[in-house]
Amino acid sequence: MSEFHEELRIVLAGFGGQGLLFAGKVLAYTGLIDDREVSWLPSYGPEMRGGTANCNVSLSDEAIGSPLVLDPNVLIAMNQPSLEKFEPMCVPGALLLVDSSMVPVKVGRTDVEVCYVPATKLAEDAGLKGLANIVLVGKLFAMKGFCSWDTLEAAIKKCVPAKKVEMVQKNLDALMLGVSA
Amino acid sequence: MSEKVLMKGNEALAESAMRAGCRFFFGYPITPQTELAAYMSKNMHKVGGVYLQAESEISAINMVYGASAAGARVMTSSSSPGISLKSEGISYMAGADLPGVIVNVQRGGPGLGSIQPSQSDYWQATRAMGHGDFHVIVYAPSTVQEMADYIYEAFDVADKYRTPVMILADGMLGQMMEPVVLPEPKTSLPEKPWACDGHKNAREHNIANSLYLTAEDLNRLNFERFERYETIKQNEQRADLYLVDDADIVLVAFGASARIAKSAVNAARAIGIKAGLIRPITLWPFPCDCIKQASLHAKAFLCVEMNMGQMVDDVRLCVAGSKPVSFFGRTGGVIPAPLEVLDCIKSLNEGGR
Repeated sequence: MSEFHEELRIVLAGFGGQGLLFAGKVLAYTGLIDDREVSWLPSYGPEMRGGTANCNVSLSDEAIGSPLVLDPNVLIAMNQPSLEKFEPMCVPGALLLVDSSMVPVKVGRTDVEVCYVPATKLAEDAGLKGLANIVLVGKLFAMKGFCSWDTLEAAIKKCVPAKKVEMVQKNLDALMLGVSA
Repeated sequence: MSEKVLMKGNEALAESAMRAGCRFFFGYPITPQTELAAYMSKNMHKVGGVYLQAESEISAINMVYGASAAGARVMTSSSSPGISLKSEGISYMAGADLPGVIVNVQRGGPGLGSIQPSQSDYWQATRAMGHGDFHVIVYAPSTVQEMADYIYEAFDVADKYRTPVMILADGMLGQMMEPVVLPEPKTSLPEKPWACDGHKNAREHNIANSLYLTAEDLNRLNFERFERYETIKQNEQRADLYLVDDADIVLVAFGASARIAKSAVNAARAIGIKAGLIRPITLWPFPCDCIKQASLHAKAFLCVEMNMGQMVDDVRLCVAGSKPVSFFGRTGGVIPAPLEVLDCIKSLNEGGR
């Protein structure tokens, strides 16, 4: 049994190609490694082709009912349409992590916790282009502490394909960038 | 015991089928089933099997017929419109008493419908999986673990009763990832003395055939097959019961919608309503016995389905008019929300319909 008991119902949303499904997979693997209940559900509609992509991840100590997250308590938004679509669904008190280098607007709601991270710019400046998704995972880790660092590192190693092993360190660097952002 | 891994439902179906001894896969791509075929194409050759993308669903199911007649463990998979194309071949397999596994990762219908999750092929799977008098055994998993477990069992059950077996999944179960422990690879498979597998004149030759031009012969065969179906009804009914013993309001839901129904049952219990859930795991044979049992104490039944109300017919047959049976459903890829189901439970508990 894990020492982390808060149930997280996470929506990750943005453009196709921003790595939202991968970031969701990393989060799901932390639950697998810690022997928690986990579900990961991608959107797989035609909207994925160049349009918005999103995925739902649940981490819990109880069996997960619907893997479809209708009432997220965490939203990671990497473009404006995603923020506009999912902000109204978030429960009061939810954490909204917004990539402020991609989303020019501010969150309108006052009953949620908002954290703006210029993740895409931070990643590019650090030579980690394309890893803004993992920067945001690092920020979520710093704010919610949903697992240990060792678990998170192991999850990255599980998710990076064997053929791209050189990407492991870059992903870990991106996580650290998010933690200190 | 294998390690727990994170897998998509479609991939778990494929891996577990190979571990059950499936060595032939014939299919044609369709969303939301595609990862199953893709996984087979990458991995079937590693266990010495054959993955073949046919030119159509119709040829794929007839390849299944041929491989099964030769005694192989064989499967195909598709999604709703593709299953309709396979229905003629499934009828032929039933008519020739050939085992095989067919996976339907359902999407919205009718017609080309949508590519989002649905349960609108319940009637097709349980009533009319093709022309003629026959049934297929239908499993409805509701987790990725059950996808692995029931397809593993499906091959044995198909061989035991010499019948096609269907795994009725949906786009949500196919696409989602959950932790799963995969079963160990099977090391021995049943003998098939009826197989048409070449014998160098060492025995009478076997025939796989569904054509009987003499009325009395076909009549007798159909009666014999239905005796087998009675055995299946007695032995193979499966259901999972959750908080049913003292329940006033009994929900009945299968597959993905059972997950939503269970959340609604928990929410109802939290506000003092005695709700419970019967989750049929086999849709044919339908687990009538436990529903009859629950009708002795339940005030009302509520079916939750991702269709316009199909399984609700079977529940009404089991309850036989003794208690009211209501229905809540969504279609086209819309997933019912637990709160909507909770509202129905509340209304039923107050005596509404």
